[in-house]
Amino acid sequence: MQNFIPAQTGLNHETELLIKQSREGACGVDLPNVKEFKLKTGQKSREKIGLAQVNEPQVIRHFVRLSNQNYSIDAGFYPLGSCTMKHNPRLNEKMARLAGFADIHPAQDESTVQGALELMYNLQNWLGTLTGLKGVSLAPAAGAQGELAGMLVIKKAHEVKGQGHRKIVLIPDSAHGTNPATAAMCGFEIKVIPSDADGLVDLDLFKKLVVEHGTNIAGTMITNPNTCGKFEKNIIEIADLIHSVGGYFYCDGANYNAIVGKVRPADIGVDVMHFNLHKTFSTPHGGGGPGSGPIAVREELAEFLPSPHVEKIGDKYKFAKPKNSCGKVKGFNGQFGMHVRALTYMLSHGADGLQKVAEDAVISANYILAKLKNHFHVPFPGNCMHECLLTDKIQKAKGLSTFDIAKALIEFGIHPMTVFFPLVVQGAMLIEPTETETRESIDNFINIMLYISKEIEEDRGDKFHQYPLSTPRKRLDDVRAAKTPVLTWSELQ
Amino acid sequence: MRYLALTENDRKSMLAEIGVSSVNDLYDAVENQFLLKNPITGLPLHQGEIEVEKILQEFAKKNRPASQGPFFLGAGCYKHHIPSAVDHLIQRSEFLTSYTPYQPEIAQGTLTVIFQFQSIISLLTGMQVANASMYDGATSLAESCLMALRIKSGKKNIARYNDVNPDYLDVCKTFLDLNSAKLQDKIDDDCAGVVVQYPDFYGNIPNLAEVRKKCDEVGALMIVVVSEILSLGLLEAPAQADIVVGEASSLGVGLNFGGPLLGFFSCKKEFVRQMPGRICGATIDADGKLGFVLTLNAREQHIRREKATSNICSNQGLCATAFTIHTSLLGEIGYKKLALINHQKACEAYEILSKIKGVKVLNENFFNEFTIEFSKNAHEVNKKLLEKNIIGGYCVDNKMILAFSELTSEEDIKLLAKELSTILN
Repeated sequence: MQNFIPAQTGLNHETELLIKQSREGACGVDLPNVKEFKLKTGQKSREKIGLAQVNEPQVIRHFVRLSNQNYSIDAGFYPLGSCTMKHNPRLNEKMARLAGFADIHPAQDESTVQGALELMYNLQNWLGTLTGLKGVSLAPAAGAQGELAGMLVIKKAHEVKGQGHRKIVLIPDSAHGTNPATAAMCGFEIKVIPSDADGLVDLDLFKKLVVEHGTNIAGTMITNPNTCGKFEKNIIEIADLIHSVGGYFYCDGANYNAIVGKVRPADIGVDVMHFNLHKTFSTPHGGGGPGSGPIAVREELAEFLPSPHVEKIGDKYKFAKPKNSCGKVKGFNGQFGMHVRALTYMLSHGADGLQKVAEDAVISANYILAKLKNHFHVPFPGNCMHECLLTDKIQKAKGLSTFDIAKALIEFGIHPMTVFFPLVVQGAMLIEPTETETRESIDNFINIMLYISKEIEEDRGDKFHQYPLSTPRKRLDDVRAAKTPVLTWSELQ
Repeated sequence: MRYLALTENDRKSMLAEIGVSSVNDLYDAVENQFLLKNPITGLPLHQGEIEVEKILQEFAKKNRPASQGPFFLGAGCYKHHIPSAVDHLIQRSEFLTSYTPYQPEIAQGTLTVIFQFQSIISLLTGMQVANASMYDGATSLAESCLMALRIKSGKKNIARYNDVNPDYLDVCKTFLDLNSAKLQDKIDDDCAGVVVQYPDFYGNIPNLAEVRKKCDEVGALMIVVVSEILSLGLLEAPAQADIVVGEASSLGVGLNFGGPLLGFFSCKKEFVRQMPGRICGATIDADGKLGFVLTLNAREQHIRREKATSNICSNQGLCATAFTIHTSLLGEIGYKKLALINHQKACEAYEILSKIKGVKVLNENFFNEFTIEFSKNAHEVNKKLLEKNIIGGYCVDNKMILAFSELTSEEDIKLLAKELSTILN
């Protein structure tokens, strides 16, 4: 005891894995005792599982302390490009927890869940009206599943039309990794469209690919606005080209926050699109999910939508399977709890508010671009949409990379932007402020970025190699983690 | 509008700093005819909390919650009591409103939760590794079939050993079709994997040793799918499998009309580099302190693009957090006890229902769910039960699959028995 020196943690509490806190006989629930009875499992009952034995106060303290080691949008600015980390209204959470939503079973008789079906029908209508794409399925579980469902619709449509030989999908090099991964999952062959000097789909090369592959083309998957932060200004021509050979235009809606209520995707030639309800429509990211990725398609493609889909017949709502459905992509009915949250958000904002969402998001990103463009390399000229793309080209000359800038931001209390993506530029920094950040908060970020740039410019940037220093953990050894994977606490002991 | 952070003055001065006069100037890449200057028509305008809450409550009121009377549905989605601590903790901003933990120095909270989630899943299933979660049991099973096809690359199909949840099979079919793979009943040399549901869709508990033998005979991977993870507190761990996947929403997550649920995915360590989804691993930081990061990323879409093991990106992070908290509260003692209570309730019901004239109980063994058969269509029986405010089981033709839990009271079972007896006789 004499040699004991307490750790100077202040409020930065540590907590050990629960298995290390386990004490024989502790339990965090009180359950009634079970009288001896004859088991009907046809086997011996399980002996040891190996779970920790802890009581409720321990569990609460452990998870509260863990939570203190997380950054969150509630606590600070989170400008992750193409991730749309906006404020998550608590009304959404409250509504999703109403027993009439949270405590209903997917196999209940439809007469007992009319309100849930009506809600889904309303959400379908909102998404259809906002986009002008009238066929909507809420089934997909997340953005990547929305992409999958959308590409399955396209595949099915071609097959039904006797065009099953169409295997080529054109995807820009700036696309999210999920796009090529999804197309590959569907059995499509991917042809990459290079970006041009403006960060847009290279129209000449796109034309060339369209001519070369002609009626072997199933479609194109384009994110618009794209991940360079640009609206594809040739989008009408791109859509016309893909349509001219009988292909479909799939729009990745990851960046829909820039144009929601400002541009109807159907008007610019989009045939199929997915939404990320956890981006544009404010459902929380939850440290990785759950998301929700509904899709909207042109009316003539609605018969190919994944099932189920909610229909209204008279004054009754019911689940229906579209006539030539591409099948089921997820169990039961999709991420219903996220549907509740998203509709709550849409009703709160209304058509007028959603338009303002897009406008403010675009103003804020352009404001950041205007303030930083003389201090960081801007790879593509002109204004941006709801996110702006910078690179580390200037700082690289002094030996500091995007990685160091990101870690310095952490030290200064800001979550880094999306880094090293898109892949079309070296050392990408993709910054998306969203509409829910005050000007003061944005100015603080700008000032920090300017400070970082100045320190590097004046040769005081070496310290950033060690950053962050004030976080629960310093830089972590990724190589070690991958080389000898330790993936469970059993392996750790 | 309460969620917008800029004031009218901010907008004006920011536009001035940018050097444009109107926000529409920033949309100069959009052809003017396609740029909407006014809100889209046909949709309501913004509303306050009071109004929105009313609308949502109206929807909610038209639904009959499971807790509002006797309730016996399971079939892949199980109602259990969720301790109050769970919802309190997952609503903490730091868990609720954080992103995927790509910056580990400021995401140790989420990463440590994932690491413990993986650990708990591995212990329950008897597998060495587990990922950070999948969307649900159905997609998790579909991904496991694709993984088996990747590992056994010469083989074309997947076989099923017993009755698998039809919803899961529908999803599997969608995914297998893309690989021109079939889901067949026959276990032969063409099978990359054999799927066995444990317990099966009708509640029967298969003999896993027998399945293992059949898999070895044809050189197929053994895929066990568990739709009620609580069962693993009473049943033997399916440790002889190669891959164990399934649904874990029973603990911490709840019904949610079938989503969000919580898929889990575990396998033998030798297959870890073929696994879909995110994986968290332990490492050390610059000071040598234990910490966690997302690892083995070379399998994933953001690195491998079209060569990735799966396109999955977002998963069910917060649901996995809820599961981890609920399971931690239960612990070794509570988990096994809760499983035993669930089985006991089902056994009680089994005794009572098997005495009813016109009811035939089909199971010899079960966990918390079994199947009864009538001489008439079960949907008809269910409709009559509903008239008495009883939500019956899941119906397939003349069969009804009934689930029981710690929330099922003796009165509920007696009431069900009484009404069934009236309906059938």
